[in-house]
Amino acid sequence: MIVEALTGSKVYFLWLGFLTILFLLGVFAYYQQLKFGLEVTNLSQIVSWGAYIANFTFLVGVAAAAVLMVVPAYVFKIPEVKEIVIIAEIMAFVALILCLMFIVVDLGDPLKSWHLIPYIGKLNFPQSVLAWDVIILNGYLLLNAHVPGYVLYQMYLGNEPKKKYYYPFVFLSIFWAISIHTVTAFLYSGLGGKPFWNSAILAPRFLISAFSAGPALLILVFYTINKVRYHFKVKVKVFKILKSIAAIAFPINLFLVFCEVFKEFYTDSAHVASARYLFTGLHGHNILVPYIWFAIIAQIFVITVFWVPKLRDNSKFLLPACVVGFIGIWIEKGMGLIIPGFLPSPHGIIVDYTPSITEIFVCLGIWSFGALLFTMMAKVAIEILNGKLRVK
Amino acid sequence: MEAGKRMEKVLEKSLNQKVKRRSFLKVFAAAAATSVVPVKEATAFSFSKYFQKHYKEMTEADKKKVFARITKEAKEKYNTSINISEPQAITGVKYAYCLNLKACNGSRMCVTACAEENNIDPDIGSYIKVLEMPIGTSNTERGDLFYDEHNLPKDGKYYLPTQCNQCDNAPCTKVCPVEATWKEKDGLVVIDYDWCIGCRYCQAACPYEARHFNFKEPKIDKSKLNTQQSYLSNRVRSKGVMEKCTFCLHRSREGQYPACLEACPTGARKFGNILDPKSEVAQIFKHKRVFVLKEELNTMPQFFYYFD
Repeated sequence: MIVEALTGSKVYFLWLGFLTILFLLGVFAYYQQLKFGLEVTNLSQIVSWGAYIANFTFLVGVAAAAVLMVVPAYVFKIPEVKEIVIIAEIMAFVALILCLMFIVVDLGDPLKSWHLIPYIGKLNFPQSVLAWDVIILNGYLLLNAHVPGYVLYQMYLGNEPKKKYYYPFVFLSIFWAISIHTVTAFLYSGLGGKPFWNSAILAPRFLISAFSAGPALLILVFYTINKVRYHFKVKVKVFKILKSIAAIAFPINLFLVFCEVFKEFYTDSAHVASARYLFTGLHGHNILVPYIWFAIIAQIFVITVFWVPKLRDNSKFLLPACVVGFIGIWIEKGMGLIIPGFLPSPHGIIVDYTPSITEIFVCLGIWSFGALLFTMMAKVAIEILNGKLRVK
Repeated sequence: MEAGKRMEKVLEKSLNQKVKRRSFLKVFAAAAATSVVPVKEATAFSFSKYFQKHYKEMTEADKKKVFARITKEAKEKYNTSINISEPQAITGVKYAYCLNLKACNGSRMCVTACAEENNIDPDIGSYIKVLEMPIGTSNTERGDLFYDEHNLPKDGKYYLPTQCNQCDNAPCTKVCPVEATWKEKDGLVVIDYDWCIGCRYCQAACPYEARHFNFKEPKIDKSKLNTQQSYLSNRVRSKGVMEKCTFCLHRSREGQYPACLEACPTGARKFGNILDPKSEVAQIFKHKRVFVLKEELNTMPQFFYYFD
């Protein structure tokens, strides 16, 4: 299997090499951070979470989105989906690895992260929502390692995977997927001192944004697989399902954003300041304003594409729509959610935050590591799924 | 490569520190003027620190070892002997702070005293912030932190010092994923700096901006180092952990007033045991109309304000 992951065309190697270089640059940037401390980031006492936590939040959504393939495959038993559900599960697995990496790089003293291990360390469970998140994310990681791992390995050996060894975990993972994003939303919405986050619709917003960005990413991944693996095709039916989900999820996502905007601006209480900072700028600070409006306009474009049959069935429109939709959600629930939560500070201070060069390289490094891992795992999985790769 | 790295660092720093610097520029103008004695850049990696137990679970023997390590590290870094203690909460004592807003003149003497007492890095500044507030509001967002210190107090303004409220229903201790911060029996919220992983969730949770993070290895002017230190309060922190006001635990538990109270030129600050009916704070409670900041959050601060 390892051999399969490391053999391929020139393009494949160029791609792997490119990702490896980016990853190594990230490692170097992280080394700088370890040496000098989080001082090398643009985080401050005011904006104390930034790009790392924003990416973490977004990737939890990507991981949760696997459920969009798991449900049609195992609950509705759609054969076309069942063929490729493993790919979605691998994507969730990789996304979770990246989540954990983003958490670790955000820690001030990562060598003490063993304090988070129950019994050995001192995990503050059930009081701290972050403790819940540690458990729930690692649990989902195990589920998504076990199911595709078991199925693929049995197929590799030429055995029929036994349902009793993975079906229970598949159904557990459906509920688990919802809970990972709910708990992650509760991290923020449970803080009374941050009115921008202290909103009951944050968890639904997180889920629906995951169900928007998720299909967009899956469409792109499956399209790429169809382009490069000539003897393995993701069926049209799968794309149809993903398009339908995105066509529903994106409008609901925008609707929920609108609900928040209405509440903040119509009430016009002192708490509107953070929303103003994001949408209109506050006291001349408007660094996020173009980004959030880009995100909103991007989503309107995406909805148009997914709703007009001619456009959604034309890859010239569909693929760009998936790309901008993915980026739009990334902005909206990443930086667009984390940064305004801190601003203005309780003492009325506004510190504009943009990631430092080091932060950008660390983030790119982690994302490239994810792409690298996913490419190799998906390649092996596809070769096993189509029957080419078997134990000799 | 070396030069490139340095350039990047300088660039990063100037970007980073713009605001942080500005905030404490005035307060620490004096401190900045005296040259800061360079501290050894890379502190020796302390292996044992990373396998240390949680403070509450340490035996006397563990503590002895840990205190010896801390003393040794201070010796290496600052070339002075420090005295590290661990005064315990006294039964029947619960600390409360009362601040007379009528008396406070915005001198910021408490701010400086706090920094010196607690060995605070200049980039963090102090655990106390003083806001110049327009009359007619108690919304701290409307205050001005960067007011000019000349001709105080100004007409139409009042001065509102803020620091850790030692909340009874503290959001910060609740969210900590590793129990590195907790509330002691006498009401003080403390941190085991050697157990904190630096996730900064408590900083996000605190509605009073009372928690501070060490983005780098703290650098304290050697001549200003307070050598009377305690494990849970003013000992020198390391890179990547949180720190906060403890009402000068190492003083208050020994029967002294916190440094900020002693520095106050107007007598606006009152501190004591709220459980003792004869204490000054208990008397203020009885006779004055006291209030807390952000009462709607139900954090139950133990830091009270009143107008005399």
